[in-house]
Amino acid sequence: MVTIKNLKFNYPKSTIILDQISLNFVPGNIYGLFGRNGEGKSTLMKIMTGLLFPKEGSCTIFGESTSSRTVKGLQDSFMVPEDFELSPLTIATYAQLNAPFYPKFSKERFYGLIKEFHLSPKDKIPNLSFGQQKKVLIAFGIACNTQFLLMDEPTNGLDIPSKSQFRKIMAAAVDEGKCIIISTHQVRDLHSLINHVVILENTKVLFDRSLSQVSEKLWFGKPSQGAKEKILYSEPSFGGKSVLERKEKPETEVDLELLFSAVLEEPSAINYALKTNDHEHAI
Amino acid sequence: MDYDNSKPIYLQIVDLFYENILSKKWLEEERIPSVREVAVMVEVNPNTAIRAFNYLQEQKVIHNQRGIGYFVSKNGYQLVLKIKKQEFMKQLLPDVFKKMGLLHIEIEEISAAYQQHIKSLDHEEK
Repeated sequence: MVTIKNLKFNYPKSTIILDQISLNFVPGNIYGLFGRNGEGKSTLMKIMTGLLFPKEGSCTIFGESTSSRTVKGLQDSFMVPEDFELSPLTIATYAQLNAPFYPKFSKERFYGLIKEFHLSPKDKIPNLSFGQQKKVLIAFGIACNTQFLLMDEPTNGLDIPSKSQFRKIMAAAVDEGKCIIISTHQVRDLHSLINHVVILENTKVLFDRSLSQVSEKLWFGKPSQGAKEKILYSEPSFGGKSVLERKEKPETEVDLELLFSAVLEEPSAINYALKTNDHEHAI
Repeated sequence: MDYDNSKPIYLQIVDLFYENILSKKWLEEERIPSVREVAVMVEVNPNTAIRAFNYLQEQKVIHNQRGIGYFVSKNGYQLVLKIKKQEFMKQLLPDVFKKMGLLHIEIEEISAAYQQHIKSLDHEEK
């Protein structure tokens, strides 16, 4: 649905933050976009929604460049940014003004979510807290029913019950054939939803794998002494967990935080373990 | 010993299904929630929920009726009972035996504790 090829980007008079980026996002998946602060995650999301233009390479949605901002592309993508400022309106007026841009917008869905989030259509947006405003935007984004949905740190500012509601909403949304990209540092909030991980580091794509590939080849946990499988990465703390080649061991759930640390510390070992096995399978 | 609490989520969903069938919350030949409903209920990616459904279908515990949904199989309860019993005998019990050895607990002590347990259950019922 969204394809990025050899993309390069830098802000004016500043160093390159994205270089030779190639990625492909397809419907039916929830992608987790990870990276240290300032590695260009939000920038990449802005490029994918036509808010910034690549310096080199291409980024397309439905085959059309995102920088040409086609109606078809814009009405079928929505981004919930990390920071935002909404107009000083009531929730109802906000929806009324913005919904016409999204042909698949569902009023019932929007007001259903607003109610679920304990908000009222008559609430004035500027009087709401940051977390509540975020809920308005999330509800609107979901109700727009766009095929392509991007969320930058969506659970930031959400209270504990809302995080659970958010997960339920997303589980239902991806089932409708949407392509969802979530950038987050709150991995624990969302690990059960994400099924594909992309990690950006030092201007490059350091990791781009589905979690089913990862859990097939890697093992997460505390290994026994004398385990014969190769240890690829160990947490430095006492009692820390490790990433091992799985080989014949039973499948474990992918520990996303551990995977993230492992990829940043030992990128070649992790990628190699996943790749060599690809090769074996090919034979 | 490999100890880890990181059982794959799909197998945790399978356990939840087993529990519902054993406790008769879900009855044989009755319809169970859809993939989508389960995904929303346990807050997971629907792909993960599908894996659990496929696994249970392979075990013949549930079956799919095209266009209608998933049902607990006719002999689902007995199947789950067999699966869980085997799991108990092959996984849980060896661990208990290992601990008993480590702590020098004799089988007579266990037997006495078990009798005590049965007694207290009887009391509760009365």
